[in-house]
Amino acid sequence: MTAVREAHAGVLAGTVGHPRKRRPRYALIGSKAAYLYVAPFFVVFAIFGLYPLLYTGWISLHDVSLLNINKMTWVGFHNYTSLWTNHFFLNALTNTITIGIISAVPQLLMALGIAHLLNYRMKGSIAFRIAMLMPYATSVVATTLIFGELYSRDFGFVNWFLHFFGVEPINWVNAPKWQSQLAVASIVIWRWTGYNALIYLAGMQAIPHELYEAAAIDGANRWQQFRKITIPSLRPTILFTVVVSTIGSMQMFAEPYLFGSGTNGGGNGQYQTLTLYLYQQGWQYNHLGFAAAVAWTMLVVCLVLVIINAMLTNARGRRG
Amino acid sequence: MFMTSRRARMAIGVAAVAAMAVAGCSSKSKTSAPASSSPAGSSSPAASASGSASAAWDCGDNGQKITLKIGLFGNFAYKTAGLYDKYQQLCPNITIQEDDIEQSGDYWNKLKTNLAAGSGLDDIQAIEVGFVAQVTANYADKFVDFNTVPNAAQIKSTFYPWKWQMATSTDGKTVGLGTDAGPEAMCFRQDLLKAAGLPNDRNTLAQQWSTWDGFINFGKQYKQKTGKAFIDSVNSIFNAAVYQGNEAYDNAQGKPDVENSDGVKKAWQLAVQAAQAGITAKINQWTKDWNQSFASGTFATISCPAWMLAYITSQAGDAGKGKWDVTSLPGGAANWGGSWLGVPKGGPHEKAAIALATWLTAPAQQLTMWTSQHFWPSSQAAAQDPSVKTATSDYFNNAPIGEIFGNSAANLKMPPIGPYDTDIQTALDTELGNVEQQGKNPQQAWNDALAKIKQVTGS
Repeated sequence: MTAVREAHAGVLAGTVGHPRKRRPRYALIGSKAAYLYVAPFFVVFAIFGLYPLLYTGWISLHDVSLLNINKMTWVGFHNYTSLWTNHFFLNALTNTITIGIISAVPQLLMALGIAHLLNYRMKGSIAFRIAMLMPYATSVVATTLIFGELYSRDFGFVNWFLHFFGVEPINWVNAPKWQSQLAVASIVIWRWTGYNALIYLAGMQAIPHELYEAAAIDGANRWQQFRKITIPSLRPTILFTVVVSTIGSMQMFAEPYLFGSGTNGGGNGQYQTLTLYLYQQGWQYNHLGFAAAVAWTMLVVCLVLVIINAMLTNARGRRG
Repeated sequence: MFMTSRRARMAIGVAAVAAMAVAGCSSKSKTSAPASSSPAGSSSPAASASGSASAAWDCGDNGQKITLKIGLFGNFAYKTAGLYDKYQQLCPNITIQEDDIEQSGDYWNKLKTNLAAGSGLDDIQAIEVGFVAQVTANYADKFVDFNTVPNAAQIKSTFYPWKWQMATSTDGKTVGLGTDAGPEAMCFRQDLLKAAGLPNDRNTLAQQWSTWDGFINFGKQYKQKTGKAFIDSVNSIFNAAVYQGNEAYDNAQGKPDVENSDGVKKAWQLAVQAAQAGITAKINQWTKDWNQSFASGTFATISCPAWMLAYITSQAGDAGKGKWDVTSLPGGAANWGGSWLGVPKGGPHEKAAIALATWLTAPAQQLTMWTSQHFWPSSQAAAQDPSVKTATSDYFNNAPIGEIFGNSAANLKMPPIGPYDTDIQTALDTELGNVEQQGKNPQQAWNDALAKIKQVTGS
């Protein structure tokens, strides 16, 4: 999740507000040297990216135990077809999507609002921006353990606060589905809101100031400026954050794993995400072939989401 | 090292951290001090026997400086008990480096990956009862067979036969030497029972709690009088009772056989009975809430293997001294947990590693672990030592812990174990937790547990 976001953050700055160059003019000069320059990346990628990817695909067509990886039995696409009738897998898939939505939507909305506020000239704006990034800089393990304390049934702050409203203590780690998922989502929200706010802020600062001045002269108030100028100008940035958050939630592991102390994701699997399920199947239950099939299915789901996003971006580009 | 439940083992990691935190804090350091008033092991016959042997101890270092890495999980407490220092005095050329992973589930995941890859192994690797059957079934060839080391017969004779047997493959290879065992008792808050106007004497309770039904009925009275929970969790009952059957999770061939197991059936039914009577505190074991409850008195009883005494002591702290007490386990003896030390074959320091593993598990050192941490010896030579037999604990209201755990150890049933025990137990524990905490229909919970177990065994 982190790596993906960071990799895209740099790209992002270039995409906002600047017309993209179609093709570098000097493409033909020293093209062989260029291949040489990029070769290290592709060599490393082939070893640590492509080979594991293909090998995972190969394993996924076999029945193979982690305890004896040399003994592989060919089963064709059985691992894949069995996924669609496996209610543990379907549960994990649904959880991944719902936790993704209830963490990403509030997160991005709040980030937008915060970025808008931080975009005003004010004293100590650097301090605020650093503060925004603090949760992102905090280790996810530390964050989750502390949230675990907050959500403790008998001694936690959340239940203590809720009891003023007459709410009975909630056992968050094994509560009805939406409650437990909310607790897990809150960890993600806390951690990523500031990061997204900074991305938005960077985007906002690339919006030409004249637009706002012109709008102000035409009598548009702050809210109208936000809606009619900021949001449309930020659209590529927003799409970027949506995609990255989507990929992030597809890969969500540490938060539910630590929150529920294990791969079960709650007594009834209320927040067992796909990665937890994959890990449980592969490394705890030793069903390596099946886990590989889960991994490839996740990749496909991820690709589908990225393609949908690319289509959205293109559609907008053509309109513009 | 000791527990079969996955969650259990994680929490030992937490305990290890807590213990370290406590140890680092001088004002609280007493809580981690040994609670036993038993005499030091040095005067005992077993200790002096191997003490004299140590005069000619072969460190296996060939006169060279060696660093031995020992892969552990949770809290083996060898360092706390001073055993590494002692060994380095005995073998000045040896430096011991501990490679500890908090959660034994993570430890096993790493170990089996390393075994499969044939790299990244430590000189010594600890093996827990939860996965020893997987090791003997799949990796017996990758560990030194302790039947073939020098003095094998003499070493073997110091252990309980069942301890040796559990780490032995079907073709007779023994992959590890036993560290501790987990004979179980029932720990209770004598002050809370007294306040409720109920008997609080350990001998009277041993009678009234001789069966689980008697125990649960007693719990109902306690609940009625105080309105408070009697026992910490359904898991406390289930994990103890399941090992009182002839079978636990597997049949005699070591194949998973949950549906036909007398131990599982009885334990499940008792746990459901307790859940429905509302006498449990509805806390998952090894969670933060559970840890805090030892001091707060949220519950009055918990089934406790010997190794849990140190855990209770560290969680309840000085304030709990004299409040906790120990009596025998309802329904007969049972074992929960236990570990081994294995030596992967072909390591650079195999000979020195065998020497260290042998030394750490020898009777004298098992005695030290008992005195220091109340880890019950898996060495029968150590367990029969008078200093173990007559031990009492002033923290636990002067309970004769040597006698109580000794009786349990002597009467243990050892149901067959299998490769999936940990995950099967987790599945059953989790569903019982749902019955307890969410009022889930027990039949539904049982079916869901079986479905989860199918995911594990793949059949």
